[in-house]
Amino acid sequence: MDHEALAIILFLLFVAGTLVITVWASRNTRDAADFYAGGRSFSGVQNGMAIGGDYMSAASFLGIAGLIALYGYDGFLYSIGFLVAWLVALLLVAELMRNSGKYTMADVLAFRMSPRPVRTAAGVSTITVSIFYLLAQMVGAGALVALLFGFTSDFAKAATIVLVGVLMIVYVVVGGMKGTTWVQIVKAVLLMGGATLVTVLVLAKFGFNLSTLLRDAAEQSGKGGQFLEPGLRYATEAQGLAGKLDLISLGLALVLGTAGLPHILIRFYTVPTARDARKSVLWGIGIIGTFYLLTLVLGFGAAALVGSAEIAEANPAGNTAAPQLAQRVGELIFGDVGGTILLAIIAAVAFATILAVVAGLTLASSSSFAHDLYAHVIKRGQATEREEIRVARISAFVIGAVAIVLGIFAQRLNVAFLVALAFAVAASGNLPAILYSLFWKRFNTAGAVAAIYGGLGSAVLLVIFSPVVSGTEKALFTDVDFSWFPLENPGIVSIPFGFLCGWLGTVLSKEHNAQKYAEIEVRSLTGVGAEKATPH
Amino acid sequence: MSLQKDDDPGAAPARADALPGEVYATVQAGEDFQELRRRFRRFAFPMTAAFLGWYLLYVVLSGWARDFMGTELVGSINVALVFGLLQFVSTFLIAWLYSRHADNKTDPLAAKLRSELEEASHGS
Repeated sequence: MDHEALAIILFLLFVAGTLVITVWASRNTRDAADFYAGGRSFSGVQNGMAIGGDYMSAASFLGIAGLIALYGYDGFLYSIGFLVAWLVALLLVAELMRNSGKYTMADVLAFRMSPRPVRTAAGVSTITVSIFYLLAQMVGAGALVALLFGFTSDFAKAATIVLVGVLMIVYVVVGGMKGTTWVQIVKAVLLMGGATLVTVLVLAKFGFNLSTLLRDAAEQSGKGGQFLEPGLRYATEAQGLAGKLDLISLGLALVLGTAGLPHILIRFYTVPTARDARKSVLWGIGIIGTFYLLTLVLGFGAAALVGSAEIAEANPAGNTAAPQLAQRVGELIFGDVGGTILLAIIAAVAFATILAVVAGLTLASSSSFAHDLYAHVIKRGQATEREEIRVARISAFVIGAVAIVLGIFAQRLNVAFLVALAFAVAASGNLPAILYSLFWKRFNTAGAVAAIYGGLGSAVLLVIFSPVVSGTEKALFTDVDFSWFPLENPGIVSIPFGFLCGWLGTVLSKEHNAQKYAEIEVRSLTGVGAEKATPH
Repeated sequence: MSLQKDDDPGAAPARADALPGEVYATVQAGEDFQELRRRFRRFAFPMTAAFLGWYLLYVVLSGWARDFMGTELVGSINVALVFGLLQFVSTFLIAWLYSRHADNKTDPLAAKLRSELEEASHGS
């Protein structure tokens, strides 16, 4: 049997297993707390694994391993930002949010403010961030099938995007948060298992000597010692000061974006107490940290055993480095059959990874549409729970369909920048609004609305006028040039701007509600009146 | 005084045992709560500043101090790699310190305040 057939069988097993779980979860999904928050009945460990599942996207797994395989050390810079970011969530956001919110990010903001403008802003931002992220994953899925299975026709890519889209809609519409959370847990186990297996084999090949592995990687890369130092991908000497500022800009968005990503924030509502929310982030940090250490070995291992030239030939962005490495190390240790099996496993795991992440994103955006925009803005809080869940399911369907269509049209575009943009928007708009509303007594409606629209707007505008959209060979539009902002990453400007807008909006408005602030502060720190787990 | 124009039942669910709004202001001003807030903020705020500073130092050195980052320490293992791995170590360490701090310093006080408030709401 060839690796394609085996990979498809393994992937179908994953799909069958997760669909069974989803149907089972749907039987236990009765009210809104079940649909949006999985009945708040997951344990800290379970949710910690689901956090890992939601967070470790194909961009992390294939993208970072590929970056390291092609550019060496610089890929590692990405993983560090992604990991350190979890401390912001742990120390400042997770527990307080669990105590004071209900289903969405906007619950915390709307607590002491005029709900309609604030929920509108938060809903717009949630859906925008999720769609950016979703689109990047969908296009990634199309590219992946071409690389792994040799289906290079546009039709095969489009068919893959449709398949991924339909499955994610089923997970969300049928299983709600319960089903989606279990999909994340299964995926996290498979991803960690697959990555650990390949890592151990790679290390065994080098006698468990990291220094030998690095030396060989540097030699095979053709770049020598520079391969182990920063500067081949980001802030290269040729880019000068702009490159260095871009690096800092990217670093800021990575480290501050995580705690503002809607699909991550709603994870904190799936556990019974703030203490469990803390525990789940601790587990998440352990799993995610371990995973990035594994990708370090995978990336350098791919450079050493496959060679940067061969990787770049298969895919210029290096996205197939991890599967190529799996095949090579399997062949070296177990012979051809071993190589085929390992490649199939890693290919199936990569697909499971994409599927789980897109399901999490669809859930976050449809929850926000139903709970924030429909129930509170359109219906002014008068919608029943049944109506709300029905709208959430319909919007999951619509958002999924939109993502499929956009994904098909964007296939030929270079959309890799969308993930970084999602982090930048989350850091520039959502994070200021969340932190101010948890910690700043004076904060008010005008401030929240200004922070979200200011951060979101400035990040998106700066990217539109940046070299990633026009003016360079790698840009989205290659034949026009309307770029004037020199950096690829807007964070260094848009994050401070978001915080500034939040402050300015607040002080320019007289609105101030001390009693409500007392309530949110007491509730967020003590957990009094926090939403309870549903007893079934 | 509340300046809200319309109520938002989604954020603050109306419960049978809900506390009247003024209670929170009283609790907030109380000594126990002030102590709880102090304990939380005294850990969370300086620690956030510390790890963000430590991370930014790493990013800035990666951009501007290439020679230093490229210094080899043992075999092919250089400063850049060790610095990167130290970011992992510090993240794990801070997470563990925070969890210990929360278990010992803030959780018991939060639980005490919570049970007092819940009792008050049942009594009223």
